[in-house]
Formats: sequence, structure tokens, C-alpha cells
Amino acid sequence: MIHVNRLPALVRQHIAALRALLVFTVLCGIVYPVVMFGVAQVAFHNQANGSLVSYNGKVVGSGLLCQEFVDAKGNPLPQYFQPRPSNAANAASKTDYGCDAGFSGATNLGPNNPALLKTIEQRRAAVAQFNGVSPASVPPDAVTASGSGLDPDISPQYAYLQVNRVAKARHLSPSAVHALVAANVQGRPLGFLGEPTVDVLVLNIALDKLSSR
Amino acid sequence: MSSSLAGILQIVLLVAALAVCYKPLGDYIAGIFTSEKHLRPERAVYRLMGIDPSADQRWGTYARSMLAFSGISVLFLYLLERVQHWLPYANGNVNVPPALAWNTAASFVTNTNWQNYSGESTMGYVTQMAGLAVQNFVSAAVGIVVVIALIRGFMRTKTDRLGNFWVDLTRVIVRLLLPFSVIGAIILMATGVIDNFSATHLIHSLAGSQQTMVGGPVASQEVIKEMGNNGGGFFNANSAHPFENPSAFSNWFEIFLILVIPFALPRTFGKMVGDNRQGYVLAIVMAVLWLTAVGGISFFEWQHAGTALHAAHAAMEGKETRFGIPGSSLFAGSTTVTSTGAVNSFHDSFTAFGGGIALFDLMLGEVVPGGVGAGLYGMLMLAVLTVFIGGLMVGRTPEYIGKKIRPTEMKWAAAYILATPFSALIGAAMSLGFKTPRASILNPGPHGLTEIVYAFTSMANNNGSAFAGLTTDTTWYNTAGGVVMLVARFAPMVFVLALGGTLARQQIVPASAGTLETHKPLFAGLLIGVIIILVGLTYFPALALGPFAEGLH
Repeated sequence: MIHVNRLPALVRQHIAALRALLVFTVLCGIVYPVVMFGVAQVAFHNQANGSLVSYNGKVVGSGLLCQEFVDAKGNPLPQYFQPRPSNAANAASKTDYGCDAGFSGATNLGPNNPALLKTIEQRRAAVAQFNGVSPASVPPDAVTASGSGLDPDISPQYAYLQVNRVAKARHLSPSAVHALVAANVQGRPLGFLGEPTVDVLVLNIALDKLSSR
Repeated sequence: MSSSLAGILQIVLLVAALAVCYKPLGDYIAGIFTSEKHLRPERAVYRLMGIDPSADQRWGTYARSMLAFSGISVLFLYLLERVQHWLPYANGNVNVPPALAWNTAASFVTNTNWQNYSGESTMGYVTQMAGLAVQNFVSAAVGIVVVIALIRGFMRTKTDRLGNFWVDLTRVIVRLLLPFSVIGAIILMATGVIDNFSATHLIHSLAGSQQTMVGGPVASQEVIKEMGNNGGGFFNANSAHPFENPSAFSNWFEIFLILVIPFALPRTFGKMVGDNRQGYVLAIVMAVLWLTAVGGISFFEWQHAGTALHAAHAAMEGKETRFGIPGSSLFAGSTTVTSTGAVNSFHDSFTAFGGGIALFDLMLGEVVPGGVGAGLYGMLMLAVLTVFIGGLMVGRTPEYIGKKIRPTEMKWAAAYILATPFSALIGAAMSLGFKTPRASILNPGPHGLTEIVYAFTSMANNNGSAFAGLTTDTTWYNTAGGVVMLVARFAPMVFVLALGGTLARQQIVPASAGTLETHKPLFAGLLIGVIIILVGLTYFPALALGPFAEGLH
């Protein structure tokens, strides 16, 4: 047994520091998170595991993460609503809609960056052509990458803009698809927090259900 | 409802919630440090630490205990990162390379949480929870106990004792941070923040491709990340990531968590020195500058000046749909005036002036309301400077809270005020002076300069947010950044404790007709003026060449 009190003050302080850190590591770094994990799994099982959503009994994604709806070449599929452009992608990705949760993040391109300006102009033209609408009507969220690269939502404006294209590709009536979008618009929480949204994956699942009816 | 009206309402709700918490929380924190009684779990912790809870420490001993604890913390966290691959739940991550491990250890121990890595592809779950999240608790606690020791300097007379570091540290964790984190984590879980131990895996997506699914014990870490003003994201995208911040409500709640303790601490100060008016005046100065910053950022983001943003018709690059302009601007203004540095949108893509205000917030020295504890001691240093300048104007020895501000006190205050800009500007100048660090810039023109100035201002103020286009996982930024964060965190803390030590030795000076009344609007105005002028004089050239040059172009 070491007689702690006989050691120099500086050494004693560091021994106390190490013991204190170990105590707090066990308390705040093991006991606390494991207990909270237990609470999460029991009381909030769905949320704690990523708010997963299913179709035909199979998990197809998370209601909180965007997902790519593209063909093998990386082109957007006309029969699905498209999410926002995403910078979350590995280097080999061919699409503008990465949505790869292994690489969350933003472009960090500045407000006057010429490369960003060019990308936005190209997206505006592409989105307008893809949907058969005028470039001026394309909303901001359709031409900008989100902060996380995993933004599950688009603005109601962008969702309504895609209705005719989706309806045509699926041989559905535009009014039926329009009604589906309207049913999937989420208002602001408490009426004034954040912005109204449409969750693209949830909407597309509802769309697949509608088509298979 | 229009977006701008909704945005104003969410600020109103936030101010109301903070006002409601001000008195009860401030008084509760004061009670933690004035109570004579040790709780049973606390006595158990003291026994495990092997310390004597009745020992009252001189400022030097208090400072050395704090430095020993922080030094051991850097070492422990560094080692944990270096061996994480061999620990359970590594989630496929390798051992963190030495330079990055050093930077991250310095970053989390200093409450900065500057991150030169992506959490999802660098850190195992054990590193996250038993390393990084532990520092989220204890580094926040260290900030709070240092301001408490300073407040004791004002409270006590004719003593050289400032309290016991180990007791203060234990109490703030056991009575404040842990129990409040439990409540906050449960609220975050209800909103959709994940909390699991699933490894990263693939699932089949709706359109038939594969999608990566990530996991982790996030909710328990998210709450202390915000409430302790740490800001280090579990994932790279930080609070923009839907698993960290799923909805506009969780966003509002995280902003509330960021601000609630820093805004309650002035009350703790007023309560402990026996004059609540002294707390109100500091809280009001903090609130005025914070709301001005939020208003300014919101205004410029709505304006969306800039060629690229103009082409997009709105400043939505790097912002999430569910938060929009109001929720992103409010978060940016709140995370930069506290030392949090969590982000829900990416400041590098903000307008020149919107991002410029975020940078200006850092330059204010993290005092409005600033980081937990660190904000209040910074503000008290500026209050000391303000009464000194006020004293010069009328030719009297200045006093603050019944203590004389003599040359000794002013030396510590001046050293405090110089330490942060010194570290920030030297670091930025060296990075701009050498070719390799300069090559890390992403955006061309004045914006690139702002990236580097922002980086070092953020690290020196222990904020941790970034103009993240700058590539910083390099030997230079990892090494220099670690040094800047440590110097700019602990040198000021030592000066604060030294000031506390000299104040405690003094007697109380009774207020006279010549005393500047520090609870009046006149003092509040003078204090705001001192803060703005000090920042202006120190940083104006950097602001002029960066955000101003870009925004006025």
C-alpha cells in the first residue's frame, strides 16, 4: 500500500486526477449511456433504432434519411419523387443524389463560389427539363445541397412541381398524385417551428402503394 | 403563417423559456456550491478519488488540480483513440492516427470540440461514449467550477482560499449535468434521436439499391454536447444530421439546451454575491448582443446576397429543409455566441455578412452568454475592465462588487483579454504565411481568408464550429490547432483563478457616492461599448479583408 500523503503534492494531484477521471469515465461514459440505451430501447424503440419504415413487410429505409431514386447510370427515376441534391456520397458516386449515410456532410461551397454558381444553374436547367416546367419555377431546395446530405425532406413547392412528371410515368391521374402529396405535407411543429416539409421516402412508399392498388 | 413571422415566434418562445429558467436554475446552481452538505454518492466519489472534501484550496492549488485533471484527460483520451480498434464496438474503425488523436484529445478536453474527422468513419462507439462524451461532461464542469472559484473571490474577504476543485467538479456533474442530461436525452429520444449499438450496415432501399444505415449511442451524447456547450457531433454533419436533430422541435430544444446554463449563470453570480441586480445586468447585456447577432444573421440569410445564392433564389445551400432559414439562423447565432460550435447548417455556405456575423460572434470572446462557466468569467473580466475605464474617466480607484480593482487585478484581467486574440491571430497568420496550410483553402477570394481566420478564432475561443471547407486533417492544422486550443483555454483559466485569489484577500470596500453603480443601464451600455470596441480594435483588419471584402464586392 502506497502512503499517498508522503508523496510530493504534484504527484498526489495527478493521482487524484487519474482516479477522478476513471470515476467519471465509469459514471458518465459507461453507466449513464448504457442506462440511457436501455431507456431508449424500451420506451422509444422505433426512434432509437432510426425510425425505420417498411414496405410489404420489409424495411426499406429510415423516415429520417433521404434515399436515392436513380437508375444504374445515376439518372433520376421519373416514377419517383426526387429528394434534394446531396453531397453525402463516396468519391466513385455518379449521382447528384448520394444520400449515403456513411458520408454525411455539406459541400461547404461559398456564396460567391463560381463552381457552386455553375452547379446551381445546371441543376435548375436539368430539374426544369426533367419536370417539364419553367426554370424560374424551380424552388431553392431543388438546386441546393442540404447541410447533412441526408435531408429526408423537400419543400411542398418542390413536391407539387414533380406531380405531373410522376403521374405521367406511372399512368396515374395528376389529381390523385396531387392529393397524395397534399396528404403528406407536414406543417410546422407547434405551428411555428421550422418550415413545412414533405418526407420523400414516406411519400414514395405511399405512391408505390397507390400504384399497386 | 409567413416564414419570417414563424421565425420571430420561435425566438420569442426561446426567450420566454430562458427567462422562466433564469431564476430557478441560477439559484439551484448557486445552491450546489454554497451547500455545506455532501450527498451520499458524492462522498463515495470522494473516497474513490482519495481526496479530502473539507480541504479548502488556495488559488494556485485549485489551478494545479484543474490542470492536473485536464492534463491526465488529454493523455487518457489520446491513448483511448490510439487503441480503439482493439476495443469492443469499434464499428470497423482503425486506431486514430497520432496527429489527429492529439488534436481531438486537446479539442475535447478544452471544451472546443473542433473536429478534423468524420465521426461515422473514424470513432468507435467506446471512444465516443467513454472518451469524447466523458470530456463533454467534465470539460463543461471545469468551465463552471472556474467561474465559481472567481465568484468566491468576490464573496470572500481576507482569505487565500477559493474552495475545493474536486468537490466542485463532482458536485456540478452529480447535481447538475448528469440529472439534466437524463431528462434532456429522453426528450431528444422522443423526437427521434437514435440510441443503439448497431454497427454500420446496408439495407435494401425502396428503389432497389443499397443504403448505408448508421447507428450509435447518440441521444445520450447529443444532450451533453449541447448543454455543456461542447458541440462535437457524433456524425460529420453534426446537428444537421437527422439522427442528431430530427425535427424542427428537436432543433428548437437543442438551441434551448445550448443557452439555458450560460444564461442562468449570471443569476448564480448575483445570488452568490448577494445582489441579484448584478446578475440581471449581465444577463441583459448578454441577451442584447445575442439577439442582435441572431437578428443580423437572419436578415442577411433572408437577403441571400452572393452570386451562387442569388441563382438559387435563397440561401439554402448547406441548410436543411425542416429548419429553413429561421431555424438555421437562430442555431448559428446561438452556437457561435456560446462556445458550443455545434452546427445545424454549414457556415461556409452562409452569405458573406451572415457568416461574417458568426465569425464576429466568436471574436466577442464567447461572453454573450458564452460557454458554460467560461462565458461568465469572460464577462466578469470585461466588467472589471469596464469599471477600470469608468474609474479612469472620473479619476477614482475603481471597484466592482465591493472589491478594489488595483494594478494587480488589472494585470490579470489584461492578460486574460490578450491571451485569446494572441493565440487566434498568431495561428491564423502562420497558416496564411506558409504555402502548405494555405493550400487547405476550399473557396477562392476573400472567402478563403475567412476560412482560416474563422478556424483559428474558433479554436482559440474554444467554440469548435468551422467554415468547414478548409481541409484541416493535416499535420499542421492538427498540431498547431491542438496547441492553440490548449493555450487559449488554460492560460485564461489560470489568470481567472489568480484574479479570484487576489480578490479573496481583499476586504469589502463600502460603496460611496463615487462608486460606479454596476447594476444600472449606464454600466450596461458602457460594458456593451467596451466589448464591441475591444473586438473591433483587435480583429477589424481580419474582418475587413474577409467578410467585408466579400460582402461589399
